[in-house]
Amino acid sequence: MKKEYDVIVVGAGPAGSTAARFAAEHGISVLMLEKDRDVGYPVRCGEAISRAGVAEFIEPDNKWINAVIDKFAMVSPDGTEVVIPLEDIGYILERRIFDYELAKLASNAGAEILTRAYVNGLIIENNKVCGVKYEFRGEQHEVRSKVVIGADGVESRVGRWAGIKTYIDFRDMECATQITASGIPIDQSTCYFYFGKDYAPEGYFWIFPKGDTSANIGLGVSGMTGRKRSALSFLNDFMEKNYPNASVLTQIAGGVPCVTTLEKISAPGIILVGDAARQVNPLSGGGIASGMIGGKIGGTIVGEAVKMNKLDHILTYDKAWHDRLGKRHEIFDRIKNGIYNFSDEKFNNIAHSFNKVPYDKRGLGNLFKTALFNNPSLLVDVAKVFLVK
Amino acid sequence: MIEILPDKCDFCGCCVGVCPEDAIELKEAEINIIEELCTNCSKCIWACPIEVIKFNRNGVGKGNDEKRI
Repeated sequence: MKKEYDVIVVGAGPAGSTAARFAAEHGISVLMLEKDRDVGYPVRCGEAISRAGVAEFIEPDNKWINAVIDKFAMVSPDGTEVVIPLEDIGYILERRIFDYELAKLASNAGAEILTRAYVNGLIIENNKVCGVKYEFRGEQHEVRSKVVIGADGVESRVGRWAGIKTYIDFRDMECATQITASGIPIDQSTCYFYFGKDYAPEGYFWIFPKGDTSANIGLGVSGMTGRKRSALSFLNDFMEKNYPNASVLTQIAGGVPCVTTLEKISAPGIILVGDAARQVNPLSGGGIASGMIGGKIGGTIVGEAVKMNKLDHILTYDKAWHDRLGKRHEIFDRIKNGIYNFSDEKFNNIAHSFNKVPYDKRGLGNLFKTALFNNPSLLVDVAKVFLVK
Repeated sequence: MIEILPDKCDFCGCCVGVCPEDAIELKEAEINIIEELCTNCSKCIWACPIEVIKFNRNGVGKGNDEKRI
């Protein structure tokens, strides 16, 4: 290990590993620090992703794919199930292997990785971030760098230490819990989404197939709902009612920042990627693909900046992200705000009218068009996403 | 006073993300509230998905009155 690197990445999730990989591909020195003992574990994720979201970064491989998805089912509060085919397939990942593979790609590109390294501060000189302080095996260390990439997930403390306001309003946090259980008799090529106040107010409840008879079963509710009732209590109720005899293989908790990207995701000597930058799709809560895209854009710009010896170049990252996805997330956020407060009656109406659409004519686009009848003010935003591509 | 029940905690970081004061420190399987920074705003309690954080009103009214508020 060196005393100084060109780039230090904090956090070895998909965004961190992707940033480390694209930075390292510029032939510069990169160190990635992970606080946990294993990359990829514990998993804090529903693990669903589109094929395209993966394929931009890594060749799909059965060793980290648990199920292939070709349709999803929306279940309304009165139990009406609407099945909608997907235009492109999706995957349910085995994140503990997937994340490992992404970290290996970073390593193959030349990045060094150290686990059990808990970053607890930044080195800041003349208002520029110049490295990190970290604890490793009970001892405090310092390592310097030209640029720090904060990929420390939902907690996003690295950005705060650099003066970036990363704290998220509790109402925008989807507070989630999930079990992986076996003995769940669902269709293994369908992702199930449940809506309504009994399942997950201001959020949704999901069942994603994990192969054989197992599934990820979980939900997220806004912190506003959490104030009255926890995600755990909704999950326990659902399991008690629907699968009282299921075997629970894992149980996890997690927070999903469902909001637009932070106003500022770069500052002198530092950029933020992934959940730390709030790069999650605020409508779906999906953050793997968008985090990897953030990591790629960020890692590439940081690599270029170091290579050109022009560190100010990292400040162009904000706009590059905004143009690729940030702008789109603003639209998704408005749609989310328009539909998440739908009453049970509205969800039921949408399901009933959509079930009249012939199966081969169903798609996400016209599902949202149906939703429009229940909230016409969404017209412009829905049109932007689904009609004007 | 805000209290985290370490035996029940999953160390997921949801509370850290919503803390306006950066008053929660989370390692791999160790979590602490930095009392000098905590303002007892309770946002971490509301955001905890699995009911691990409590407001402990020690010495108020009936004594150990723990509840989710």
